[in-house]
Amino acid sequence: MGRKLDPTNKVKRGPGRKSRKQKGAETEIAKFLVDEETEPKRLSSRARKRAAKRTQPSVPAKEEAAKKQPQKGFTDENSEWLKPAKRKRPADESDGEEDSDSEWEQEEDEEGVVKGAGLEAEKADEDGEEEGEEEEEAGGDEDSDGDEEMVDDYGATDDSSEGEGDDADGEELLPIERAARKQKKLEAAMEQESDEDEEEEEEEEEGSGSEHADEEDTVQANIDEMDRFKLPDAEDREKEGLLPLDLQSIHQRIKDNVDVLSNFASKREEGKERADYLSLLKKDLSTYYSYNNFLIEKLLDIFPVSELIDFLEANEVHRPVTIRTNTLKTRRRDLAQALINRGVNLDPLGKWSKVGLVIFDSSVPIGATPEYLAGQYMLQGASSLLPVMALSPQEGESVLDMSCAPAGKTTYMAQLMRNTGVIVANDASAERLKSVVGNIHRLGVTNTVICNYDGRQFPKVMGGFDRVLLDAPCSGTGVISKDPAVKTSKDESDIQRSAHLQKELILSAIDSLNAESKTGGYLVYCTCSIMVEENEWVVDYALKKRNVKLVPTGLDFGKEGFTRFKERRFHPSLRLSRRFYPHSHNMDGFFVAKLKKFSNTVPTLPPGEPAEEETVPAETETPAPSKESPKNPGSKGKAKKPLKVKADIAKGKVATNGAVAKKVAKKPEAVLKKIKDGKKKPKVAKEGTETVKEVKAEETNEGSKFEKNMGKKRKTLMKKTNRLGKNKFKKFKKLLKKEVA
Amino acid sequence: MRPLTEDETKTMFEKLSKYIGENIKLLVDRPDGTYCFRLHNDRVYYVSEKILKLATNISRDKLVSVGTCFGKFTKTQKFRLHITALDFLAPYAKFKVWVKPGAEQSFLYGNHVMKSGLGRITENTAQYQGVVVYSMADVPLGFGVAAKTTQECRRVDPMSIVVFHQADIGEFIRSEDTLT
Repeated sequence: MGRKLDPTNKVKRGPGRKSRKQKGAETEIAKFLVDEETEPKRLSSRARKRAAKRTQPSVPAKEEAAKKQPQKGFTDENSEWLKPAKRKRPADESDGEEDSDSEWEQEEDEEGVVKGAGLEAEKADEDGEEEGEEEEEAGGDEDSDGDEEMVDDYGATDDSSEGEGDDADGEELLPIERAARKQKKLEAAMEQESDEDEEEEEEEEEGSGSEHADEEDTVQANIDEMDRFKLPDAEDREKEGLLPLDLQSIHQRIKDNVDVLSNFASKREEGKERADYLSLLKKDLSTYYSYNNFLIEKLLDIFPVSELIDFLEANEVHRPVTIRTNTLKTRRRDLAQALINRGVNLDPLGKWSKVGLVIFDSSVPIGATPEYLAGQYMLQGASSLLPVMALSPQEGESVLDMSCAPAGKTTYMAQLMRNTGVIVANDASAERLKSVVGNIHRLGVTNTVICNYDGRQFPKVMGGFDRVLLDAPCSGTGVISKDPAVKTSKDESDIQRSAHLQKELILSAIDSLNAESKTGGYLVYCTCSIMVEENEWVVDYALKKRNVKLVPTGLDFGKEGFTRFKERRFHPSLRLSRRFYPHSHNMDGFFVAKLKKFSNTVPTLPPGEPAEEETVPAETETPAPSKESPKNPGSKGKAKKPLKVKADIAKGKVATNGAVAKKVAKKPEAVLKKIKDGKKKPKVAKEGTETVKEVKAEETNEGSKFEKNMGKKRKTLMKKTNRLGKNKFKKFKKLLKKEVA
Repeated sequence: MRPLTEDETKTMFEKLSKYIGENIKLLVDRPDGTYCFRLHNDRVYYVSEKILKLATNISRDKLVSVGTCFGKFTKTQKFRLHITALDFLAPYAKFKVWVKPGAEQSFLYGNHVMKSGLGRITENTAQYQGVVVYSMADVPLGFGVAAKTTQECRRVDPMSIVVFHQADIGEFIRSEDTLT
């Protein structure tokens, strides 16, 4: 176990490192001694290195230097990079050197030195550059050991060569000093990277060719390549397809492109459309991050450009491993102590969770410690705690988890309920239920019934739950870091398919709820997708189809759900839902919405409502034709909503006159109730009158013909209804009352 | 799902009593509601009456598990306790064995407990008495059968077995598929 492993590791590591260090010091001293005697030799070695690099085509070599930084920049250690705020800096500081107070002294030093030492080099042409620089170096060496390395562009920016450069320059420094300097340089390099572009741009504008030469190599390189970002024209792009891909230049181009797009007015190239830039960006992003075009486009719809890059970068990095304490068996403090004793490095998850722990590193497999086996904790992503917290099941309630595998959320619910009440854990896959059984028993949860239904059939099996959690199956666009296959495997039809399934599931989840429940009547809908089609759209659909309303999730962070997305407009209350993103919350992409069911009646149930989405086939639940025959058109009209009319139109041939009439006759009571509620009075009334007329028309006309005309009629009717006066409304209300009586 | 027959109840209770003795009645008469044993797919589930009522809605082939699984009846009508029953055995266990931290892992991999790994043992444990195995931090790890009496344990050599392994919590991972 951990206890055994630790000492062995230490034994191996300790002396090895130490000896290495000592050796290094020795060699350094040796070098130092030798250097003084044979300086030309050293110089020549460096020159050789230079020469080797020069011989390579100048562009890639220089880019390499520039490139290494960005890749370093996006590792987990530099979490600042994951934040959008930082990202915008270069754009804000577009004027480069003057306003960059944070410009590093080192850099200034460099320039000074370079200007002082290498004046000849400035004018040297490309071939002569080498020699010039050698001279520079020689001068720098003599002048100041400390600053020289700054002149050495490779040392300043390129990590691999840095070590050697340092050896030579920093002989007189203590190792710790050198380490400090190295780190400082790294930081500087990061900074520079953003500033360089701007510097270059300015210089370019000035048009002074000589300026180029006095810059460091890397900078020079960039100047050569991309002074001011230019859109490659069609020919260039075609060429690109033939040439082998150079990811680094593409990355640079993405950065520049984003920079231009975020300051479009000032940085655009004359005569180029935004669309041109965008299309290039899309192409580059999909090559660089290896997404398919479809997904990039979708993501571009969701995020602004700069945030999109952050999102994509965040998807390349794994989220931290988190565990949830099982409070049925232990307390978080005890668990943390036990794990620390096993050699696990951990921390509390955040203020918002009292049971979560983040695992930084561990000398033992975290999924096989005796504590894990004893059920004291569950390996669970931070994001999957959120829906349960939103649901907040109470003791003694009956709760349904519609797709429970692998029971992370189910067991969390059980621990919130302290093993009282009933949890029905359902999953469609029998295979995945095995892990559910294991986890539920391991964590000592005793109040569950595990069953294996398709969630869509659930209302037929059981109903009347106080709370329902629907963690719908989804395309998984929020968890790309876990499953990179999503990048390329999803397309429009996948999204549509899962959206369709989700719509079916959310309706059946709502139908399983009991609105009369004293404590509950809540549904939490969540997905690990960030697609609007699978989230807001689905919830919006549910809002239209059932008597539910959105309520605050109780989560005090996360981004608000969209109320408008492209051409779609969702119910304004959708801002109560919450979205979580990998780049801004450092957890998996997630969507959580909490709905409250306020009436058990199902408002309208036409056999198919393709108004939302043409691909949706007819609902499984066909309304039973109501027994009471329609007494007057008014009653029919009430239940019928404009949406349905649309549906009918779309269905065309399918809906015969009779069928429509039947549908129309459905559930005037439901609407009546609403009217009593007073909330939706005007709306219903409007709809009512509108449809009354339609129905009348319907009766007189022949089916299909009528339906064709209906579209036009509806439009005009809409206008009419807008002018619905009070009197008319009252009249209508009276009519209704009569009918009920 | 059906209640146990007379025979089945007897076999199962006999088995249970090896570990928890007369504490069985604490399992059946609980202050927080009526609990009962139900047989489903040869497995015995221990479940509250309230939950049971709800579970009757679910058709037999769709029901995977309800409450806590205690064990299963073999084809020869013997009863075999599963590790899932540990939650109810551990608090009521009459005889306990504690294993040293070093031997924990070995036991969790399905090995018997050696004298060398034996931390503590309840006084007066008889041979072949059912015992619950704990870690030194009092975390229940599984159960088994005492191979030797407490007295004998004092004398035997370090490599001799003192507790025969029957079930351990490592099975939650090792045999996840066969738990139910």
